[in-house]
Amino acid sequence: MATLGELERAVMDAVWDAPAPLSAYDVQEQLEAGGRSLAATTLLTVLSRLEKKGFVASDRSVRPYRYTAVAARADHVAELMHEVLGESRDRSAVLARFVGSVSEEDAAVLRELLRSAGSGG
Amino acid sequence: MLPAAAAALDGALVIPHGAIVWAAAMLWLVALLLAWPVPVWLARVGWPMRAPVIALLVWQGVGLAGGLSMIGALALTGLAVAPGVAQGAAVSGAAALWLALIPAALFAIYLLVHLAVTIVQVTRQRHRHLALLDMLSAPHPTRARTRVLDDAVPVAYCLPRGAGSVTVLSQGLLDRLDPDELVAVIAHERAHVEQRHDILLLAFRAWRSALPWFPVAALADAEVAALVEMLADDHARREVRDEVLARAILAVGASGVPGAEHDAAGSTRGSDRFRRLVA
Repeated sequence: MATLGELERAVMDAVWDAPAPLSAYDVQEQLEAGGRSLAATTLLTVLSRLEKKGFVASDRSVRPYRYTAVAARADHVAELMHEVLGESRDRSAVLARFVGSVSEEDAAVLRELLRSAGSGG
Repeated sequence: MLPAAAAALDGALVIPHGAIVWAAAMLWLVALLLAWPVPVWLARVGWPMRAPVIALLVWQGVGLAGGLSMIGALALTGLAVAPGVAQGAAVSGAAALWLALIPAALFAIYLLVHLAVTIVQVTRQRHRHLALLDMLSAPHPTRARTRVLDDAVPVAYCLPRGAGSVTVLSQGLLDRLDPDELVAVIAHERAHVEQRHDILLLAFRAWRSALPWFPVAALADAEVAALVEMLADDHARREVRDEVLARAILAVGASGVPGAEHDAAGSTRGSDRFRRLVA
């Protein structure tokens, strides 16, 4: 069974893909088309969680409430990648990156290792 | 009987003023050595790249002992200059005693507040990052606690958070690395998570943010960050040959990916990470 996180992602994908604001029932239909059937009350819970996290906004002037994405998917990806790439590694305590941009001298050192390993073996 | 006991107690409490001054001077000496020449030497010598575990222990010792000796030196200096304590007037000096300890207490509180603020900031940023990841990345089809981010830039990183740590690989990375190189990357990231490097980095980050005008704090932070990478590399080298790790580093780091590998704190330890693979 899908975790709550996976469910949130599926709902978010539906909201992002939709050209107009969606109600919980619209989301239910979308997911149904994708082969997942979920109760509308479950989806309302997920949508309100997403609203609390700041991913969707609701229009409460109509019934049922309509939900729209606060930012495009690409904007969120950009925000994420900014945090990953934006700072030099040891300025970010949030995450540990495998390697940042390697300087030309450092790259030369590594290529030398590969050359000698290649000729030796 | 009772007054005699009180007098004996009183006598036991009185420490000669000269002893306090001498101890304060010694602690200042230790504090100054640990604040400047020792860390600068430690950042300059070559052995830490061959023994990163020991070097990290030494850095932790320098950081802890440096902070404590500074607090102790402030406390003893306060006692040495406080008039009530200097004359050994124990009872009337009680208030003076507390006043004398204020500078030491303020410095200790300042450091602790910075640690707390750094922890809160980093925890909040991690939560936000994890929430974004939940929306934007898919679980890796075979590897547990690994997510794949659909982005062409080759990146790999881990978000340490206790038992819920996540390793993130971008699609660009998966496209670029062969299976052996991927093993190297994942072993490297897993070492960060399993050895809780985030706690160590957080402590030195807090120290750096508490003392922004103190270049040695930035130097220590950069050194510790580089040493931690060496430890993670060593973990990867137990699973793959050095050439494979070097290929993975080149494939990711020399691909035009943004974000400089080293910061400008005066530490050259970052380049040692690559040189030690060759040695």
